[in-house]
Amino acid sequence: MQFMLLFSRQGKLRLQKWYVPLSDKEKKKITRELVQTVLARKPKMCSFLEWRDLKIVYKRYASLYFCCAIEDQDNELITLEIIHRYVELLDKYFGSVCELDIIFNFEKAYFILDEFLLGGEAQETSKKNVLKAIEQADLLQEVSGGGQIGLPFHFIC
Amino acid sequence: MALKIVKGSIDRMFDKNLQDLVRGIRNHKEDEAKYISTCIDEIKQELKQDNIAVKANAVCKLTYLQMLGYDVSWAAFNIVEVMSSSKFTYKRIGYLAASQCFHESTDVIMLTTNQIRKDLSSPNQYDTGVALTGLSCFVTPDLARDLANDIMTLMSHTKPYIRKKAVLIMYKVFLKYPESLRPAFPRLKEKLEDPDPGVQSAAVNVICELARRNPKNYLSLAPLFFKLMTSSTNNWVLIKIIKLFGALTPLEPRLGKKLIEPLTNLIHRKIHIFSSHKMLCSQSHLIVSLSRIAVLISLSSGMPNHSASIQVMKYLGLLAMSKILKTHPKSVQSHKDLILQCLDDKDESIRLRALDLLYGMVSKKNLMEIVKKLMLHVDKAEGTTYRDELLTKIIDICSQSNYQYITNFEWYISILVELTRLEGTRHGHLIASQMLDVAIRVRAIRVFAVAQMATLLDNAHLLTGNMQRMGICEVLYAAAWICGEFSEHLENPMQTLEAMLRPKVATLPGHIQAVYVQNAAKLFATVLKNQEGNTDSTAAQETSQLMIDRLPLFVQSANLEVQERASCILQLVKYIQKLQQKDVEVAEEVCALFAGELNPVAPKAQKKVPVPEGLDLDAWINEPPSESESEDEQPKAIFAKEEPKHSRPRHTEVDEKELARRREARKQEQANNPFYIKASPSSQKAYQEAPGVEHIPVVQIDLSVPLKVPGLPMSDQYVKLEEERRQKERADKKKKEKKKRKEKRSGRGRKHDSGPESEEDITPAHMVDIVTEEMPEVHRSCLNITMNLKGNARTNMISAKKSSKHKKKKQKKEKEEKEKKKKKKHHHHHHHSDGGGEESVQNGTVEEEEPLPVSVYDIQGNLQDGSQVVVSVIFENKCDSFLKSMEFNVLDSLNSKLQRPEGSGPHDGLTVPFQLPPGVSNEARFVFTVQSIVMPQKLKGTLTFIVKDSSTHEKLDFKLHFTCTSYLITTPCYSDAFAKLLESGDLKCSSVRLEGVIMPFHHLLARICFHHHFSVVERIDSCASMYSRSIQGHHVCLLVKTSGQTVSIDAKCDEPTLLGNVLDEIKQTFSQC
Repeated sequence: MQFMLLFSRQGKLRLQKWYVPLSDKEKKKITRELVQTVLARKPKMCSFLEWRDLKIVYKRYASLYFCCAIEDQDNELITLEIIHRYVELLDKYFGSVCELDIIFNFEKAYFILDEFLLGGEAQETSKKNVLKAIEQADLLQEVSGGGQIGLPFHFIC
Repeated sequence: MALKIVKGSIDRMFDKNLQDLVRGIRNHKEDEAKYISTCIDEIKQELKQDNIAVKANAVCKLTYLQMLGYDVSWAAFNIVEVMSSSKFTYKRIGYLAASQCFHESTDVIMLTTNQIRKDLSSPNQYDTGVALTGLSCFVTPDLARDLANDIMTLMSHTKPYIRKKAVLIMYKVFLKYPESLRPAFPRLKEKLEDPDPGVQSAAVNVICELARRNPKNYLSLAPLFFKLMTSSTNNWVLIKIIKLFGALTPLEPRLGKKLIEPLTNLIHRKIHIFSSHKMLCSQSHLIVSLSRIAVLISLSSGMPNHSASIQVMKYLGLLAMSKILKTHPKSVQSHKDLILQCLDDKDESIRLRALDLLYGMVSKKNLMEIVKKLMLHVDKAEGTTYRDELLTKIIDICSQSNYQYITNFEWYISILVELTRLEGTRHGHLIASQMLDVAIRVRAIRVFAVAQMATLLDNAHLLTGNMQRMGICEVLYAAAWICGEFSEHLENPMQTLEAMLRPKVATLPGHIQAVYVQNAAKLFATVLKNQEGNTDSTAAQETSQLMIDRLPLFVQSANLEVQERASCILQLVKYIQKLQQKDVEVAEEVCALFAGELNPVAPKAQKKVPVPEGLDLDAWINEPPSESESEDEQPKAIFAKEEPKHSRPRHTEVDEKELARRREARKQEQANNPFYIKASPSSQKAYQEAPGVEHIPVVQIDLSVPLKVPGLPMSDQYVKLEEERRQKERADKKKKEKKKRKEKRSGRGRKHDSGPESEEDITPAHMVDIVTEEMPEVHRSCLNITMNLKGNARTNMISAKKSSKHKKKKQKKEKEEKEKKKKKKHHHHHHHSDGGGEESVQNGTVEEEEPLPVSVYDIQGNLQDGSQVVVSVIFENKCDSFLKSMEFNVLDSLNSKLQRPEGSGPHDGLTVPFQLPPGVSNEARFVFTVQSIVMPQKLKGTLTFIVKDSSTHEKLDFKLHFTCTSYLITTPCYSDAFAKLLESGDLKCSSVRLEGVIMPFHHLLARICFHHHFSVVERIDSCASMYSRSIQGHHVCLLVKTSGQTVSIDAKCDEPTLLGNVLDEIKQTFSQC
């Protein structure tokens, strides 16, 4: 996998993860182009799209688009499966996840993604293992006393 | 101290944390940028504080801002600070920020090496994990090199959590630092059998990706993977393994066979066990992978997917089909309807996939039908990209394998014409090249094509009216050329000529105008020819007047090519008009300008032309040009390219002149080559900017209804016609069949008609000239070359005859002698074998038709080898019998020897490698080895041959005259080098005076150049210096002066004997005139 983007229906980027080294300028250009192309597609269309020399696999969950870029020889369906698995993980972690969860806890979303994918490859296919690793790391964070950063926002208000 | 902590936490209470930032941004929708810039200022303040918690908070916010697209590279060092915090909470934030913000060119990465190493060996597995995760995103070659060992150790960590990450990150390390692969590989292989499934799957992942890049090295792992595949239940792993086998099977075909069984098992098992939609998807993709492996799969198991209405399935099904198509086209072809249906899909991805499939599915039978469907889509398509894709596909499909599937070219031409009506397509040049190709190669279509092109030209305003359609105006290039080249087929050439000379043509891109001008001249020739047949001469004069009136427009063109051609033709027409006014018939002469037919040349034709002996195609003719020069050489933008600057220092490139000249010649050639479609009409832009364009009225035509160009036939009617034609053919065939089996039952006649026709039944209406192997008849450019050769070659003549007893014979002889005389005029200095012929051995029974081969020979020095001369002999059979078994033999002298193949004796003849039918001539080359070149010499030789009918041996004697001149090679020399040579003093002097030479000085020079292989170094008035070089490197310099009828030649050479002989020969040349 080359990169993963999460963006809203309004085209706002919610999360980006790049597994290939690119300059910021290129990243921005690619993001802009892709978001436009994907948003232009109608809901009943298939999840695949050929773009430059890459294949784009995307899926929409509620108001959020999950979009991955893979190489030509890569398997489209496994990518679709990865997206779905990631959504499941987020759902389990946040408890029926919504876009706001990802906006306000974007670093958590990254941590989960990093536990699930590494260098663009799936590193752990077991949901249980991923969540266990995240929980333990979070626990470590609480113990080490930082606390505040991880707190949900409603707690502060 | 305590106070400080309290103070720090109080400060923090007032700081914004990430949530505040996010909320703030959401609340400042109107002035987001302003809000964020204040936030960044705050963050900068926070980063200046000592408190690591504050810093981590700031970095976290920066990470968020980075995602929104703000530049945070200035905080890279602060990120490193946070990374090196001992607390996991901050470390985690730091690594996250680093993985998001760092890339290979971030310089602070150098500072992280030790920190990362420390974290990798941390007792806390999550510290290690976080470091590995971060590293996977920003690993650089340096980091990979420095940390490879540490990561390799981690691959055998006790915790599977770390092992798994370490294995995966190794792939990134391999990519950045390939040297690490060899030492790490055994351990990686070990991990394939790791007890933890996560680690195992990570190892499979890595090896699979590695194998994709270089499958050969991983063949040895096949048995291990085979075991894994049969034992693993993890679908993720299975898919990866199958993908890996996909890479391996092309290298080891036996593997494919072995895989059939477990794979089919797998598919069946999975399909039955998992009924959930998602799993099925993966399975159907398994099938896709399978087809990639060796198309093991029977289509029946793959097909159910296509009926599924789910788009994803459709897409994957089509993808699978395109894979299967490559190996099993028949099985896919049966799903044609389904695929055509997919073309109607709303989804562009699916349509594109379906289009890909069509290419392999056409046959003679269904081509028209398929293309008709595609044409419908072209009309409906909204996006230009998709429409352009359709257009290229239509042309691809039709033109594939030499138009194999096209049975009716009229139909194809109309399709192409219809395609020109597409708005805003980029592929004008593609259509144009197709039109040219078809018109040139399919002779029978020319009449039709010319008519179509004439209408196109007539309606050119429809194509060019809209500026957006500039891409399509390329078609006019083809149209103009076809109309000009095949103008004899035009019904109304006058009308087309007028259409080509309309003032609006000046709005077209330059290269198209150039073709217009050139072809207008061709048309003009045709029109003149037609009109001169009539009694009324005014019509022809009017035509000339039309040309003279219209051409000045082009003469003013900003495009050089157009200007040049136009002014050239304008002058020509003016001259023609003058002649016309004197009532001189000129049509024939004008037509001769464009005479000659253009024939297709097979791509391999060049191979049939033997490489002349002594010509080394790989050797440099000049010193290889410098790098920058070779870039210039590339003919990508022919017209836009600028000439090389003169300011370039002279000494760097000796034959810069020569290069420029060749470049120019090539440009000319490309411009004249109708097959050469220019890449980018950048000249177009230049033209638009040229002044005066706005005066040209451009009619804007804005039509919402599809344009129907009047007079253009619709391709649809051909589909119908073709149907009828086939029906008829079938009926005819049927009749014949019926006759044959009249006795058989006649009941199923009607039914049989509607039965499927086989491919072979369809006879094409036109044939394409598909030249693959044979030599072309005469290509126009080839013709030029041969003529040039003849012009340059000094031809000597040996002829030999038989004494004849017949009148007929004598006539022939006379004729021949005449011919010889004619030649003599031009080649006085050359030797003719004694008396123009020697009698061959009398064999008593002289037949009526005596063989009379005449040969013309030419001696050329071999540049590569100073002791070799190549003698080219043209044998011409002037009798009416077939000559065979020709043998060429020369009596060697001490100095010169004929080169014979190894193993043959010194007196053996050489077999001439061809036979001569009556009236045919052919050329053979013989190589002679010469020791000394300073003296001329004669060699005696014989040619023996058999006359086919009489089967008797005949003999013909001849003499070969090796003049000293023939050892000279025309070598250009620059005046400075020449001067240096003369100054050197190594050269011996000699001079000669010629009296009574009555010819202009430049003729005289040309004669010396031509006959004696000199080149003019410098010429001042009636004085010229000339230079030549012998094959053994002797320099020969001449100073030629003329006054009245006296010519004096002062010569210098480092070999006086050679010089004397050359001068004698020159003298002889002029004494004969």
